[in-house]
Amino acid sequence: MDVILLQILNGLDKGSAYALIALGLTLIFGTLGVVNFAHGALFMIGAFCAVTLQKLLSLSHTVIDETQTDFLGNPLKIEKPYIMDWFGPEIGGGIIEWAVPLSILFTIPVMVAVGFAMERGLIKHFYNRPHADQILVTFGLAIVLQEIIKYFFGANPIPTPAPEALSGSIDLGVMIGFEVNEIVYPLWRMVYFAFAAVIIGAVFAFLQFTTFGMVVRAGMADRETVGLLGINIDRRFTIMFGIAAAVAGLAGVMYTPINPPNYHMGMDFLVLSFVVVVVGGMGSLPGAVLAGFLLGILESFASTTWATTTIPGINQVIIYLVAIVVLLTRPRGLMGRKGVMEE
Amino acid sequence: MSKSNFTRRGVLKTSAIAGAGVALPTIFTASSAAAYTNEPTGSTVTLGFNVPQTGPYADEGNDELLAQQLAVEHLNGKGDGGCLNTFTSKALKGNGILGKKVEFVTGDTQTKSDAARASAKSMIEKDGAIMINGGSSSGVAVAVQGLCQEAGIVFMAGLTHSNDTTGKDRKANGFRHFFNAYMSAAALAPVLAKEFGTDRKTYHLTADYTWGWTQEESIKAATEAMGWETVNAVKTPLAATDFSSYIAPVLNSGADVLVLNHYGGNMINSLTNAVQFGLLDKQVNGKDFQIVVPLYSELMAAGAGENIKGVLGSMNYNWQLDNAGSKAFVKSFGEKYGKPPSNSAQTCYAQVLLYADACERAGTFNPCGVGDALEGFEFDGLGNGPTLYRADDHQCFKDVLVVRGAQNPTNQYDTLEIVEKTPVEQVTYPPDHPMFGGKDASLGECNPGA
Amino acid sequence: MFGLNKKDGLLFLVVIAITLLAPFLLNPFPENSGMAQFNAGYPDLLQRFAIYGIFAIGFNILFGLTGYLSFGHAAFLGVGSYAAVWMFKLFTYNVVPAIAFAMIVAAIFSVLIGYISLRRSGIYFAILTLAFAQMSFALAYSVLSNPKFNLTNGETGLQVYSNDPQMFHRDGLPNLPHIFGLSVRASYELELGGWSFTFNVGYYLCALIMLIAFYFAIRLFRSPFGMMLRAIKSNNTRMTYTGLNAKPYALAAFVISGMYAGLAGGLLAAMDPLAGAERMFWTASGEVVLMTILGGAGTLIGPVLGAGLIKYMENIVSKINDNVLHQWFAFLPDGMEDFMVTIIHPFVGKGWNLTLGMIFVLVVIFLPGGLVEGGQRIARLFTGKKARAAEKSSQSTPAE
Repeated sequence: MDVILLQILNGLDKGSAYALIALGLTLIFGTLGVVNFAHGALFMIGAFCAVTLQKLLSLSHTVIDETQTDFLGNPLKIEKPYIMDWFGPEIGGGIIEWAVPLSILFTIPVMVAVGFAMERGLIKHFYNRPHADQILVTFGLAIVLQEIIKYFFGANPIPTPAPEALSGSIDLGVMIGFEVNEIVYPLWRMVYFAFAAVIIGAVFAFLQFTTFGMVVRAGMADRETVGLLGINIDRRFTIMFGIAAAVAGLAGVMYTPINPPNYHMGMDFLVLSFVVVVVGGMGSLPGAVLAGFLLGILESFASTTWATTTIPGINQVIIYLVAIVVLLTRPRGLMGRKGVMEE
Repeated sequence: MSKSNFTRRGVLKTSAIAGAGVALPTIFTASSAAAYTNEPTGSTVTLGFNVPQTGPYADEGNDELLAQQLAVEHLNGKGDGGCLNTFTSKALKGNGILGKKVEFVTGDTQTKSDAARASAKSMIEKDGAIMINGGSSSGVAVAVQGLCQEAGIVFMAGLTHSNDTTGKDRKANGFRHFFNAYMSAAALAPVLAKEFGTDRKTYHLTADYTWGWTQEESIKAATEAMGWETVNAVKTPLAATDFSSYIAPVLNSGADVLVLNHYGGNMINSLTNAVQFGLLDKQVNGKDFQIVVPLYSELMAAGAGENIKGVLGSMNYNWQLDNAGSKAFVKSFGEKYGKPPSNSAQTCYAQVLLYADACERAGTFNPCGVGDALEGFEFDGLGNGPTLYRADDHQCFKDVLVVRGAQNPTNQYDTLEIVEKTPVEQVTYPPDHPMFGGKDASLGECNPGA
Repeated sequence: MFGLNKKDGLLFLVVIAITLLAPFLLNPFPENSGMAQFNAGYPDLLQRFAIYGIFAIGFNILFGLTGYLSFGHAAFLGVGSYAAVWMFKLFTYNVVPAIAFAMIVAAIFSVLIGYISLRRSGIYFAILTLAFAQMSFALAYSVLSNPKFNLTNGETGLQVYSNDPQMFHRDGLPNLPHIFGLSVRASYELELGGWSFTFNVGYYLCALIMLIAFYFAIRLFRSPFGMMLRAIKSNNTRMTYTGLNAKPYALAAFVISGMYAGLAGGLLAAMDPLAGAERMFWTASGEVVLMTILGGAGTLIGPVLGAGLIKYMENIVSKINDNVLHQWFAFLPDGMEDFMVTIIHPFVGKGWNLTLGMIFVLVVIFLPGGLVEGGQRIARLFTGKKARAAEKSSQSTPAE
């Protein structure tokens, strides 16, 4: 029982990341009809927004401490962040510690700008080109983006811890009548899940309850007719691209305390998120979210000892196995529409 | 444009009749006139440095490359000479190797055995490299070692920790300075017993590939021998980035020690996840929960950040080691690059020097001569203390370091502190040990190519 | 000429000439000049050009003609390699049975995977093939390499050990892959002035097989069967309405394409008897997609050019380190030298991926038809307007 609950928690947590990335991918695909292989890179750039803010906040000047020596025997240079000079070690240290949550504010404008730049500068020219060209150009862009990040930040992961108050774990089991240590879960992962739920809810509410959203939905269903009505649908789609980029970026920012970010984290998620989108059904937003959580939970259960002893290697192939089964039984994924991306 | 003397053919030309076609049947492009593959006949000798430059281990590869360049500098008599001053063998004089100036070419292994073999082949076939050094994974090391054996080139392994490299896959042309999984386990076990007692229950998370398995096997054998019990051993996919579903059940399994048989990105993430789940703050079976990472590296420590505090592991070398060789190397490396060397950098540096020295002592670049000179060679002054290159399996035997994540590091370089230097006797094993291929394992014949 | 029309025959002759003279053509710089770094005429890379050329030609038969985008084609290459190495291990180092077996095994695999995957089309097909390939990779990397049942030797890669049975191996034969006794690593070296050229048995074997594969592809492109495949791409629905079942045709194309991949995998193993699981990873599948589109999908020669460009980047540009840069620019004053090195540094050596990514982006933006279109545009510069009109009508299908 406790194992099941634990793995459901894990699944929801993994699923949040998958769902957020798949949601952004589907937004772009549904509105602009573009298969965006650079979406993983957007996730990665979001994560590096957090790294950048952390580095900016801890910009330091060096103080020479004559009492200590460094590895070469020279007097030790101690890095002192400016922010600690200005606000004192207490508040200054606190600000640095809260770098990750703070960078949410910093990330949204950055990612929207990156999204606009990408759409206007490059992807705009590819609306009428074959999907293969879109894949190649966005894949090339993804490589360029990650190599640039690698050039500046190196290949090694960079630790970006959560603030003290939100790290550590909670014994959830005790609260609902289990023994001590049976269900212990990290606080930040729960924050991540809650955050993802809010973002997903916000995107859906935006599309459902605002006029802008209504127009966008109409455009997704029939772009030409909306255009004939005199509505500038392109401009709205550009804004949607910015929003999708921001969603991916936020998913990345909040992910940094879970696993230290590195330049290839986008590629690690890319294939998986495409599987999620396709299992959910191309162009279906609820499908993407549903498939994200479903695959997250299945992946978690497949990695239990019970599962791996029953079928060796199941944890390695579960995602792909599910994809094959779903696609063979439900031709257009869980919630896909007919005729999308089938040519 | 300046003249580049990278290629063997450039110098071979002197012996060939200029302008006329000289066709010689050769294997692996070594002309049959030469005694061995890529015999240097001009005034230079070319070494091949094959390190990961792209992919997740690029930073590790870069560190290796820095050390290799430093070694070349010292061999050519530039810089402060580094370990040439402390090396017990005095054959090297700082005038290159056997009077020939040392040059080098580089390649990108991408940490893939295929790509690594391709770049090694290119260095051998195109650039006339006489020796290949570097790498940061055992899969790559075994693959490139096999290639060098076939080609008649000496392979001086870089970072490779699997037992197989000098175990069942050992080759006459291949040499390993780095330690291995068995040594890690043998060095860690007594320290673990001392620190955590002999009544502990372990839970293994193991990267699901060859290195992970040998690591798990070694640690299990060593810990069980001193009375620990293994509760569970779970294989994790190599491609996994999030280990939550593997970590979550650990706390409730009855185990009180978690062993992470992971390396690189896997280890950084699994350790980060384990700390997130609060394992280190918990008590199980009335004891403080502990995490052990059998193989540490400086870059992994940097990537895992605060999470390594108090976590035990082993290393081949650490720059804080207090001996003459280590000090000379750290000074030389630190002054040139502004940071202390990592243990993979040190192993590559030592390997290049050891190769050069063996050539000098053998009086030839012939792989068989070099091999003879390295086999059974005892030396000191390269940083690790007294070391033996064992003849039976081409494995170096030296003290192994047990390290722990420092509680209060003063700067970004002393995040690991040395707990103990396990003496070489404790980590020595017979060459036909069952974990090393048993009686079947053999070096084969040395191959000079040609 | 060879049963080809005039234009194809000419193309084929040009390809033959280039392939046979490659060891000369790709070594244009004298050995000890600074430019020698750019020479690509050494056996290993020449072999790779030919082998990945075969792989891309095969992929193009599926993707260029039928439009089905397989994202798991590397699985067949990997399977072919494993099959070939197992032939070496069990029977003989002779490459002929190994390559034949590699093609057979790849064919069986592609029938199975193709039969299931072709039930869907478009991106659903792509994801199905990707899923199968990723499963094969995971199985090969860890599950099938456990000590009890070691089929793939996991991370290290499958190789031949001295205690393998090798039933038909005799003493006089080379202890390496060979063609009836002639080692694939045997080479002839030709010194001409400052130049040095290597003629390698393995390369000429690969080249010969590539020419056969290329010839077969031309015939296939021009055959009624090829027409049928194009019909699948241009309008599958209409084809179904005319009463034709497109699926057997698509499956046949998939299997032929899979066999090409198996052949390439077998050859890779024949040139270097080691099969690694990473050959099956999705990035390897992505690579052949990139090769094909980069060169020009649907064209005959495009995929080969794309394969050549990517392998050249991987093997040559990745080896240009700062040391080499400093030597190149040594003639400049110190400040200028450092400046030039700083400018170029991010794009070469460990930055070769960046250059590759930028080439993708630029080619797709400015040359939708890939390198082939680039070639055609250059050709147009030299010919008049009339030629341009003629070219347009005979131009092969652009990339899609």
